[in-house]
Amino acid sequence: MRVTFERRLSQPWWLSVVVPVGAVILAFVIAGILFLATGIDPLSTYRELFNAAFFQTGSLSQTLITATPLAFTGLAAAAAFRMKLYNIGAEGQMYMGAIFGSAAGLYLGSHVSSSAFAIAGMIVAGIAGGAAWALISGVLKAFFSTSEILTSLLLNYVAGLILTYLIFESESYWRQTKGFNATVFPTGKQLPKVAQWPTWTINLQGGIVVPFGAIVAVIVAVILWLLYSRTRFGFGAQVLGDSERAARYSGVRVRRKILAVMGLSGAIAGIGGASQVGDFAHALDGDPNGLQKLGYGYTGIVVAALARYNPFATLLVAFLLGGLQNAGNTLQGPNFPAGLVGVLQGIILFCALGCELLVRYRVRIHRKAAAKGTAAPAPAPKAAS
Amino acid sequence: MNNSLLVVILASGVAYGTPLLYAALGELLAERSGVLNLGVEGMMLGGAVMGFWTVQRVHANTGVALTAAIVVAALMGAALASIHAFLVITLRASQIVSGLALTIFAGAVGLSSYLGNDLNLADSPAAHTFNAVFPKSMQNWPIVGPIIFGQNVLVYVSWLCVVLVSLYLSRTRPGLNVRAVGESPAAADTMGISVTRYRYAHTLVGGAFAGVAGATITLAITPQWVNGITGGAGWIAIALVIFAFWRPELCLVGAYFFGSLQALAPQLQARNIHLGPTVLWTNALPYVMTIVVLVIVSSGTAKSRLGAPEALGVAYVREER
Repeated sequence: MRVTFERRLSQPWWLSVVVPVGAVILAFVIAGILFLATGIDPLSTYRELFNAAFFQTGSLSQTLITATPLAFTGLAAAAAFRMKLYNIGAEGQMYMGAIFGSAAGLYLGSHVSSSAFAIAGMIVAGIAGGAAWALISGVLKAFFSTSEILTSLLLNYVAGLILTYLIFESESYWRQTKGFNATVFPTGKQLPKVAQWPTWTINLQGGIVVPFGAIVAVIVAVILWLLYSRTRFGFGAQVLGDSERAARYSGVRVRRKILAVMGLSGAIAGIGGASQVGDFAHALDGDPNGLQKLGYGYTGIVVAALARYNPFATLLVAFLLGGLQNAGNTLQGPNFPAGLVGVLQGIILFCALGCELLVRYRVRIHRKAAAKGTAAPAPAPKAAS
Repeated sequence: MNNSLLVVILASGVAYGTPLLYAALGELLAERSGVLNLGVEGMMLGGAVMGFWTVQRVHANTGVALTAAIVVAALMGAALASIHAFLVITLRASQIVSGLALTIFAGAVGLSSYLGNDLNLADSPAAHTFNAVFPKSMQNWPIVGPIIFGQNVLVYVSWLCVVLVSLYLSRTRPGLNVRAVGESPAAADTMGISVTRYRYAHTLVGGAFAGVAGATITLAITPQWVNGITGGAGWIAIALVIFAFWRPELCLVGAYFFGSLQALAPQLQARNIHLGPTVLWTNALPYVMTIVVLVIVSSGTAKSRLGAPEALGVAYVREER
C-alpha cells in the first residue's frame, strides 16, 4: 500500500471548517492517549477542564480574563503571519504597550477628570508602545533584510528585562514608592479610578463580567477584517505575502508595506498590553513570575495559526484556548501540573498543521500495483508522535 | 593574572558558549539538509529537563549517570525533532510555523514545564555534575589554564564535534549528499539520493544535538532545574548559524563570543561593576548584540545570503519540482 498526496485544483469551502475542527478532535484523542500513558484518566480530566473553563459558576468571567489578551496577541500574529511576516514578538510588544499604556493612565488619571479621555489616551499610548517596539524589527527587515523572526523574538527578552527593571530595579514613574507594601515587595503604582477600564455584567451563570478590552478586541477584529478584505492596502499586503516579486512588479511598495504591517501587528499587541493594565492589573506588573510567565504572546501564535489567520476565527479560538488556559490555572495542583495545558495547546497546533495538508492536497491510497485510489479526505496516514 | 576580568570572562565564555555550540551544530546539520527548525529552544528545554531527571533518578557512579543523562537528553531532543520532521517533510507543513509550534509545545509553558513539575525536579541541585577534568596544577597555568584546561568534558567533546561535523560535510560521501539535498533537492533526487531520508536523519541528529545542549546547561553550567532555564539560548543558536555562514568552525568562534557576552552580566555583578543603569544593560547585552551582529551579517555584502542552503525552508515535493 502506498499513500500519495495530490494537489487539489480547487478547495471545497467546507474543508476549511471541517479540517480544523477535525484537527482539534484528533488532538484531544492524541493527548488523551498520552494522558492514559502517564496514568491520568483523560475523560475525567477533560470534563474537569471544560467545567472549569466554561460551565462552572463564574468560569466564563475568568475565561474572558485570559481570552482577552489572547485575542489581542492572536490578532497581532494573524495580521502579520497572513502576509508571511513572522512577527513572534507580540509578547514584548505587549509589555511595551503595558508600559506606555500605564504611563498614560497614571498621568491622565491624575490630570483629567474624563474617564473616556483617559482610556482613549491609554489605548493610543499602548498602540504607540507596541508599534514602536515592532517597528524595530520592521525597520531591520525592510532596510537590512534581517530575519524578523529572530529580531522580534530576541526583543521579547529585552522588553521583559525593561519591564522588570522599571518595577524592581529602579525608582521609576511606574513604581509604587510610598506606603507599607512598597517596602516589602516592589509593585507598580495603582491606576487612578478614572483610568481603570469599565466592565459590563451579563446576567447569566451568576453574572458574566465582560471587560472593556474584550469589546475593543472585537472592534479590532472587525477593522482588521475590513482592512484585509476590503481595502487596497490589504490586497497589496496579501499579494506581497504570496509573492514578493509579483507585488514589486505590480507596484506595491514593499518596504513601506513591511513597516505598515509590522507596525499594525505591534499596535494590536500593544493595545493588549494597555488592556492588561487598564482592565485587570490596574498597575504595571513587572514581576518576572507574573505577566511574563503567562506567555500570552506565544499562545497568540497558536491562536492565530488555528484560526488560519482569519480575524473572526481568531476571536473564537482565543475564547476556546483562553478557556483552556484559565482551566489550567484554576485546576493547577498535584493532579494537574502546570504546563499540561501548554502541552495540549502544542498538540492541537501540531494536529492543525498536519491536517492543513488535507485542505491543499487530496490523499490517495494505492493498493498494490493496481492504482485504484479512494478519493477522500481520509484521516492523516499516521498520527504525529 | 588568572583572576583578571578578561581571563575569567573568556573562561566562563567558553563554558556558556558550549550549549550554544552544540545547538548551533545541530541546527546547522538540519539546515544544511534544507530543514529550518525553529524548535531549538523547545528541544533544548526538553533535553535539559530529561537529562537532569536522569542524574537525579539513576543510582550509579558519576560517570555512568552523566553518560546516561546525555544519551537520554539526546534521545529527547531527537524525539521532539521527529515531530517537526514528520510535519514538515512528510506532511509539508510550513517549517516556520511548525518550528514555533515545537518551541511552544516543549518550551517554558509546555512539556518541559510539565515534566519539571510532574517529576518534582525544581529546588534541588543536580546529584552529579560535569566538572573540570584536568588536574588543579594545570588549571592554574597562566591564561590558558582556566580558559583551556579548566573546562569539563562536554567542552572538549564539543571541539571534537566541530571537527567531525566539518570533516563530515566536506570530506565524506553522505556529507556531500546532504549539501546536495539542501542546495538542490531535485538534482539530488535525480542522482538517486533519498531527499526524505536525508532530511529526516539530519533533523533528528540536529534535535539530538539540541537536547545535549540543554543538558549542558542543567548538568554543567547551572546544575539545577528551573523552568525556562535556557533563557533564549536556542534562539541565539539559530542566529549563530546565520553568523557562521553555515560553517561549523565559525560556529565555534561565534558561540564563544556570545558565551562571553552571557558570562559578562554575572561576572560584573560579582565584582560590583556597573555598566550604565544597573544590570539592565548587561543582562540585555547578549540579545541586543545578537540583533546587531545579525543586522551586520544580513546587510551589505551578504545580500546574496552567504552560504545559506538554496532550498532552506522549502518542502520538496517530487511531483511538483
